[in-house]
Amino acid sequence: MLENIDMLLVKEIISSVFILAGVAFMLIASIGLLRFPDFYIRMSAITKGATLGVGLILCGMGIYFNQPSMLLKVIAIISFTFITAPVAAHVIGRTAVQNRIPFWHKTNTTELQDYLKHTLLEEKVSPDEAADNNHHTPE
Amino acid sequence: MFHYTLMIAIAALSACLVMTAIRFAIGPTLPDRVTSFDLFVANVIGIIAIYAELTDNANYIDVAIILSLFGFLGSISFAYYLMKTSR
Repeated sequence: MLENIDMLLVKEIISSVFILAGVAFMLIASIGLLRFPDFYIRMSAITKGATLGVGLILCGMGIYFNQPSMLLKVIAIISFTFITAPVAAHVIGRTAVQNRIPFWHKTNTTELQDYLKHTLLEEKVSPDEAADNNHHTPE
Repeated sequence: MFHYTLMIAIAALSACLVMTAIRFAIGPTLPDRVTSFDLFVANVIGIIAIYAELTDNANYIDVAIILSLFGFLGSISFAYYLMKTSR
């Protein structure tokens, strides 16, 4: 029974399914980057979509090559991407809020008003206190 | 048949690269361009992975490892630069 199955064909089919799913996620992320109205919505779309897309494409490649060394490298890339992509998105989003990149007009920002007021007050105060506080304030 | 599937995947990822480049060109602010650069690096990692599978050459995966490291460093350093210049 098992001798009749072409294992190379099975590997190719599973790898093709994984790669096409990953490419579909990448395509959705790129269309979202091009079409969404606001910086923050675009950033959320491409962070999730591109992370999952790269993970699925690399999974398909690891299944096709079927060697332990290749699988180890694929797991290294996937774990590194899954750790660093949310960190980078968080840092860029916080920087955008501090630089006052405008929100979309339909975005509900009632829970963010305290933080926005705090950062704006800090920016208004900061030119006066920057001279004497400069050596221990850069966070 | 398998080669056609990989060719279709590379064509779709190239279309993704074109859309990302359009956003990189028309992006109204600098954080837009930084995030589109991030997606650019992810697309190139996917293209390198599919090309390694298409040519049966397992050495290209090292390029993908280095590229994933440097993409993260690039976006973090751009965010740090923006945070420094805003104050």
